[in-house]
Amino acid sequence: MSMESDIKFIDENGLRIDGRRPDELRHIKIEAGVLENADGSAYVEFGKNKVLAAVYGPRECHPRHLQNPSKAIIQCKYNMMTFSVSDRKRPGPDRRSVEISKIISEALESVVQTELFPRASIDVYMEILQANAGTRCAGLVAASVALADAGVPMKDIIPAIAVGKADGKLLLDLNKEEDNYGQADVPMAIIPKTGEVVLLQMDGHMTQEEFETALDMGIKACYEIYELQKDALKRRYAVETPEVEE
Amino acid sequence: MSRSIISEIRKNHIIELLKKGERMDGRAPMDLRDISIETNVVDSADGSARVRFGKTDVMVGIKLIIGTPFSDTPNKGVLTTGAELIPMGHSDFESGPPGEDAIELARVVDRGIRESGMVDVDKLCITPGESVWMCFIDIYALNYDGNLFDASNLAAVAALKTAVVPAAEAGKGENYPLPVTCTPISVTAAKIANTLILDPTFDEEMIASARLTVTTDENGDLRAMQKGGQGPLTVDEVKAVVNASREKGEEIRNIIG
Repeated sequence: MSMESDIKFIDENGLRIDGRRPDELRHIKIEAGVLENADGSAYVEFGKNKVLAAVYGPRECHPRHLQNPSKAIIQCKYNMMTFSVSDRKRPGPDRRSVEISKIISEALESVVQTELFPRASIDVYMEILQANAGTRCAGLVAASVALADAGVPMKDIIPAIAVGKADGKLLLDLNKEEDNYGQADVPMAIIPKTGEVVLLQMDGHMTQEEFETALDMGIKACYEIYELQKDALKRRYAVETPEVEE
Repeated sequence: MSRSIISEIRKNHIIELLKKGERMDGRAPMDLRDISIETNVVDSADGSARVRFGKTDVMVGIKLIIGTPFSDTPNKGVLTTGAELIPMGHSDFESGPPGEDAIELARVVDRGIRESGMVDVDKLCITPGESVWMCFIDIYALNYDGNLFDASNLAAVAALKTAVVPAAEAGKGENYPLPVTCTPISVTAAKIANTLILDPTFDEEMIASARLTVTTDENGDLRAMQKGGQGPLTVDEVKAVVNASREKGEEIRNIIG
């Protein structure tokens, strides 16, 4: 973060290097039910990010000692494919992906009705096919849709987005260049029905005022993403009514 | 190894159908499933492909990175193949370092590509003895319904054919297409109750006693083989699989062009 650079992130028309307004999301594409074996799945594109999520369960919990006699546990695995970034990533989990997996599990715990499945495990796998900043948010968006696709009882679906700062300006949904040379990054996720925050991280440098504005921007965008998530699920389960012949 | 079980009823049904020359999904014993190939699916990779054989779904990405050559081949690039049976792909797959199935898969795909000389590693040398291009082929099984060998081989071959050496980025001249010389195609057969079938599904693999993968080049010559499973194959069966592999290999080669 905050490497010095000469890149102008905002041009004279107030537009960003990819032509977006400061509060504009990248193009988002969400598809539910894309893999056969998984109980639920989703494919999400956030600009150049490409993410697959799959849900297995509720099913028997392995390893056994993790079982909770009063509720199901959610085990998320966030993984970047070796070719998802410009240098080849070494296969297997690193400290970053372990942390991301943990905070995504915790965010999902807040909406999934785990008390209905004592001792079970709900396994959520996120594979990053192509990364361009914001993969943890794209992963969580995909994971929520995959859980709903799997028919796991949930209080709500979780949308997520990051707000960052570059050139001293707050920018919604940072892309790779903005993230690399920006001054701050705040990924967040909410429960739309209650407005409660279930994922929040921050790194970089922001004033209190900037942070509060960033939070507002992010939450507003979360509601936009929420609509796209619901749309994807409706498309997946839309039934074409056959015309009835008299 | 597999934790799945298959019911006796299902097993017997598959065997009874095969006696009549039929299969659960309506194929004849020597038919392949529908194959689809998408290339350039990931911009961050130097080459990529997603291949489906029916419900089996495999993703392959190629990365080309500058490294040092092996001391016994100072003028040649390095080829490395890895496979991950990720838990997304099947309930039997577990996270963690690659197990024996993933290692066998990667090695069989690697063998077909390496032994056919598909990638011209002589043209991947930058400075002899010092720096060469290392070509990483990474295979991910996104959805497993049998025959990962052929789907992975085809995805790797398709990805290699579209790969570009990122020389400009590295300050080594202009980008150029990865030098490839031929198109090795693998075809896998399984033996169930003395009947040979091609392109087995998951259920068919579960009850098969033996498996044979044969990789051919465009001349119909053999480039790699792997027998798997605990049961034996007769010499005639081996010859039949070789014939089928040459014939079907030609068909698959026509799909990728």
